[in-house]
Amino acid sequence: MSDLAVESTDERVKNVSLISRLMKRPELGALAGLALVTIFFAFTADPKMFSLAGFLNFMTPASQLGILAIGAALLMIGGEFDLSVGSMVAFTGLIFGAAMVTFELPLYAAIIVTFMVAAAMGAVNGQIVIRTGLPSFIVTLAFLFILRGLSLVGLKAATGGSTQLRGVREKVEGSWIADFFSGEAFTPLFYWLAENGLVDTFKSGKPKVDGIPVEIIWFTLLAGVATWILLRSRFGSWIFASGGDSSAASNSGVPVRRVKMYLFMFTACCAALVAILTVMDAGSTDARRGFQKEFEAIIAAVIGGSLLTGGYGSAIGAFFGSIIFGMVLIGLSYTNIDQDWYLVFLGSMLLLAVLFNNMIRKRVTGER
Amino acid sequence: MSTPIVEMKNIEKHFGSVIALAGVSFSVMPGEVHCLLGDNGAGKSTFIKTMSGVHKPSTGEIFVDGKKQAFDSPRDAMNAGIATVHQDLAMIPLMSITRNFWLGHEPTKNFGPLKYYDLKKANAVTMEEMAKMGIRLREPDQAVGTLSGGERQTVAIARAVYFGAKVLILDEPTSALGVRQTSNVLATMDKVRKKGVGVVFISHNVRHAMAVGDRFTVLNRGKTLGTAKKGEITAEELQDLMAGGQELASLEASLGGTV
Repeated sequence: MSDLAVESTDERVKNVSLISRLMKRPELGALAGLALVTIFFAFTADPKMFSLAGFLNFMTPASQLGILAIGAALLMIGGEFDLSVGSMVAFTGLIFGAAMVTFELPLYAAIIVTFMVAAAMGAVNGQIVIRTGLPSFIVTLAFLFILRGLSLVGLKAATGGSTQLRGVREKVEGSWIADFFSGEAFTPLFYWLAENGLVDTFKSGKPKVDGIPVEIIWFTLLAGVATWILLRSRFGSWIFASGGDSSAASNSGVPVRRVKMYLFMFTACCAALVAILTVMDAGSTDARRGFQKEFEAIIAAVIGGSLLTGGYGSAIGAFFGSIIFGMVLIGLSYTNIDQDWYLVFLGSMLLLAVLFNNMIRKRVTGER
Repeated sequence: MSTPIVEMKNIEKHFGSVIALAGVSFSVMPGEVHCLLGDNGAGKSTFIKTMSGVHKPSTGEIFVDGKKQAFDSPRDAMNAGIATVHQDLAMIPLMSITRNFWLGHEPTKNFGPLKYYDLKKANAVTMEEMAKMGIRLREPDQAVGTLSGGERQTVAIARAVYFGAKVLILDEPTSALGVRQTSNVLATMDKVRKKGVGVVFISHNVRHAMAVGDRFTVLNRGKTLGTAKKGEITAEELQDLMAGGQELASLEASLGGTV
């Protein structure tokens, strides 16, 4: 059979322009939002914001949120929510801190233990949702409180009454694995660039920016891998199917339960990664870590084009959504605008994004 | 004549004290459209669920290619080549036609962590299979939600046939469609029949059945009232059999036309 002949003889193919193709991408809203926010700050903010140092300045919080948002986006596409990711950051931070400081495990072992605990907690969330058929909203809301409470109790037990566990930095020092989870990457490159006068330097000749913070690298990598999984792997198709219509998916032979289970575990592991990155950065962990991050992560995913009802969305969208967050959070300090406008912005952006997503969805499905 | 692909003999199905099927015999030959007609509550759904492995018959035998078989699950029936296209179609509107077509059977390339979904092949095959069914897709990655009801039905049928269905059970495929879309679906059934697939066409619309059917079986109150070949029976006779005759005839007289 001549499959190519079929395509080339269909005259209607030409009607699909690049623009209308782009209009159907879920990340369009986030890209438009990013452009708007960039234009806004280009006019109002100190130009330093868009220097290399300024860029890394807002990318760092964007990355910490973004790692969570990518997990949240995948889970939302799969048709479920996880409201416990913020508390999960605190809880896995405690596990990591306690493993390092209290149990004095080597760094690699502490990291493995942290991820294993996170995956197990994600599995518990997933199993309860799948087996009881309860909305994941309720189940993970329960875990939002349970994990936050456990973090407090655990921290007090580990420190003898304090809610902050210090001393992680001292334990980490000297381990080569630490370089993957803290500090900056590509430092030699930046020194080389400074020597050749390609980046801004201090008077001493040291570059003003001596590397890219590792969380930005993790964030970018994760966005790439998640996008590849969603769009180019069989599992990605299963994620969309599970969220789009779980009974239709299982009738077609998709292992819906397993897919959702893995997604809950992945989301929890994203929280664990953020915990490890931020705890190593700060050198300590505390009970407020990750506070309200679950909402910000979900908002970033929604801004990125994920539908609250599942079955549609994008990891790249969540990537841009998180950058918008970082830009506004940090960008406002480069302007004369009161920082607390951040919250107003957050709410309005969510509302706009949901409206926009509904419009896009209608376009995609051709609802008339 | 050759052996039927599927033959069901004296199927009975009881749900507690309710007798849903009271001795139904039915067979499907390769390359025929066998219409199963019946009014609501006649037992059509119970019967096709038995055929597709959802229910186990209380008594009676099922033969596939002349060999006796018992289906424990829909999976078993599917493996035996019996595919069912349900009214709800098992399709995901927000996903592309290609992704829906291949759902659960995705072709992959490479192996290990590098294994990826071979979308190029998937798209090409989908375009080709849909073209064979007479539907020219604008693009294989358009969402199923953009298709009309008849086109969705055709995607579901093309998918079942491509993945090796020998018997295709279509559960009221025309009930929710307009005139034009109905004729498209009937044309698709004709194409499928020509490939040698046996089609079981469930309907309560006699005219749709007469348009494509090779054989007709009427189900009434859990019993078959016999099977007729094309040309042996008129639409009016089928209608009477379905409705139990007399009352409908008198209603028809008072309405002054065909119901």
